[in-house]
Amino acid sequence: MDSSPLPPPSAPAASVSVPAGAAASAEAALIDVKGLSFSYGDSSALHGINLKIPERRVTAFIGPSGCGKSTLLRCLNRMNDLIDGARVTAGDIRIRGVDIYQPDVDVIELRKRVGMVFQKSNPFPKSIYENITYGLRLQGVGNKGQLDEVVERSLRGAALWDEVKDRLHTSGLGLSGGQQQRLCIARAIAVEPEIILMDEPCSALDPIATAKVEELIHELKSKFTIVIVTHNMQQAARCSDRTAFFYLGKLIEYAETQTIFMNPSNPQTEAYVSGRFG
Amino acid sequence: MSKPPRHLFAHRPSARRRAEGGVAWLFRVATYVVLLAGLAVFGDIMVKGARTVFTSSFPFVNTTFLTAAPQSLYVFEHDGVEHEMSDAEFRVYRTNLEAQAAAAGEPAPELEAETYVYSAGGIFPNIVGTILLVVGSMTIALVLGVASAIYLNEYAKQGPVVHFIRLAILNLAGVPSIVFGLFGFGLFVIFLDFNVSLMAGWFTLAFMVLPVVITASEESLKAVPKGFREGSLALGATKWQTVRKAVLPYAMPGILTSSILGIARVAGETAPIMFTAAYVIRDKLPWEVERAMDFFFQGVMALPYHIYVVSSKIPQNEYSERVQYGTAFVFLGIVALIAASSIILRNRLRSRYRW
Repeated sequence: MDSSPLPPPSAPAASVSVPAGAAASAEAALIDVKGLSFSYGDSSALHGINLKIPERRVTAFIGPSGCGKSTLLRCLNRMNDLIDGARVTAGDIRIRGVDIYQPDVDVIELRKRVGMVFQKSNPFPKSIYENITYGLRLQGVGNKGQLDEVVERSLRGAALWDEVKDRLHTSGLGLSGGQQQRLCIARAIAVEPEIILMDEPCSALDPIATAKVEELIHELKSKFTIVIVTHNMQQAARCSDRTAFFYLGKLIEYAETQTIFMNPSNPQTEAYVSGRFG
Repeated sequence: MSKPPRHLFAHRPSARRRAEGGVAWLFRVATYVVLLAGLAVFGDIMVKGARTVFTSSFPFVNTTFLTAAPQSLYVFEHDGVEHEMSDAEFRVYRTNLEAQAAAAGEPAPELEAETYVYSAGGIFPNIVGTILLVVGSMTIALVLGVASAIYLNEYAKQGPVVHFIRLAILNLAGVPSIVFGLFGFGLFVIFLDFNVSLMAGWFTLAFMVLPVVITASEESLKAVPKGFREGSLALGATKWQTVRKAVLPYAMPGILTSSILGIARVAGETAPIMFTAAYVIRDKLPWEVERAMDFFFQGVMALPYHIYVVSSKIPQNEYSERVQYGTAFVFLGIVALIAASSIILRNRLRSRYRW
């Protein structure tokens, strides 16, 4: 994947153990959100968000419904552009130092590097093979050998290869819910993005499928930076390295997952994680 | 056995319950009235038309009717026998009689025949003309209509301008077909100098059926789940790539279904083609042109116009009635054929692009 317009990534910090409560400045911040305010038409959805998302970690966004976590997630790959009247009213989002909302940014290039998995799995009504190669075909890759290799690599990466290797040319819609979601993950990783955004990926899945996807997230973080929005606090506690708690469009607290759940500094965070509201 | 005792939920007679029964019956009657009307119309055409189109001997189809051009019918009496012959046959018959008479040294017999215009021969040029008109205008209508629907649904920013455009398209649906004919005449025949031609007819008919195609295409596009578009865009596709690969194939079955309705309308409308494409009679078939370009700028004969001509422009008699019903029967057959092929194509697309 060529990255000509962007500066080369800085080396990740050697020390992994960061003292509790310290910001993530010691680690490489891949995504830097500064003072971001975002509105849908006249109603404001995000207020002054400051957040640094480290590379090759899992960061979770938690909070009650309507707190803006999905809005922020969709800002990261500019999927909110699809909504009429949605716009950034203040601040910026920088990925590897580049403000992604500046005028000369090609949204197509951005979305190739920042992939997304949706809440309701949306495999195309094509074969499994065609689903996975969809992203590469968009870029003009036609070599069958190359595509075959990518399909196998992506399906193995999504822990789906053994289950579907004999029926790659059957419809993707013939899979179970959990398999479809893993197919969508495989489809997203086939284009080799740097960042994968997951918007409540397990909310429509049963516990067994959820467990498989969570295991997958754990394997994927060695290669990809993952940002996951989840309604399920326990899932955030299980899967993520850092957690951000949002409430009514504001970022209330952002720290290591352990800290947020065991020892939060903000009383609102404590009230939410102990289930007193939500 | 006595009646079971009344319980809490037993039926209680009331005006509301009687009204319920009455209203259900009214709806039933209305539906059957519509069914009867449909059967009456189709039955009339099929029974009377079948007499012209089908014969009692092999090959059971009146091939002359389907493959010859319209000619005049000559009805005359000779040697006490009534004959009905087409123009060409009559001439041959008379030539033979004259040859016989000349050989026998007698004067040629006088043959007094009553002629009935268009009541002999067939309607082959009309069939060809109608098929050409349908295929051409539906192609233009589908291309323009689907393109507009894609723009309105996928690209345009929803607001007062798009609302106005949709309103304008819907208004187009309310314009009488005769007005379309005059519009086509003024714009295509006169102003753009197409003259009475296939091109003028194609565009006039296409504009007439465009609102139906656009509305149905928009509905089909809207029915494709948003998830396909989001999934495609999230992988780095442009809008056109998304529409072409993840939206349009799944909207095609619905678009084709709407085109079936359009085909019936386009094939049957007389007013739009009266001034723009149709000739009453033409002795050349559409493919008998000197230059390729002439093909598009020639007028054609058409089935609905032929029915009009035979019904109103000439005196009515038993012979013209035969032609009218035969033409109507053939017309229904052709529309059914084109619709059937459209349905087959749609079903094939549906099984390929199932979601």
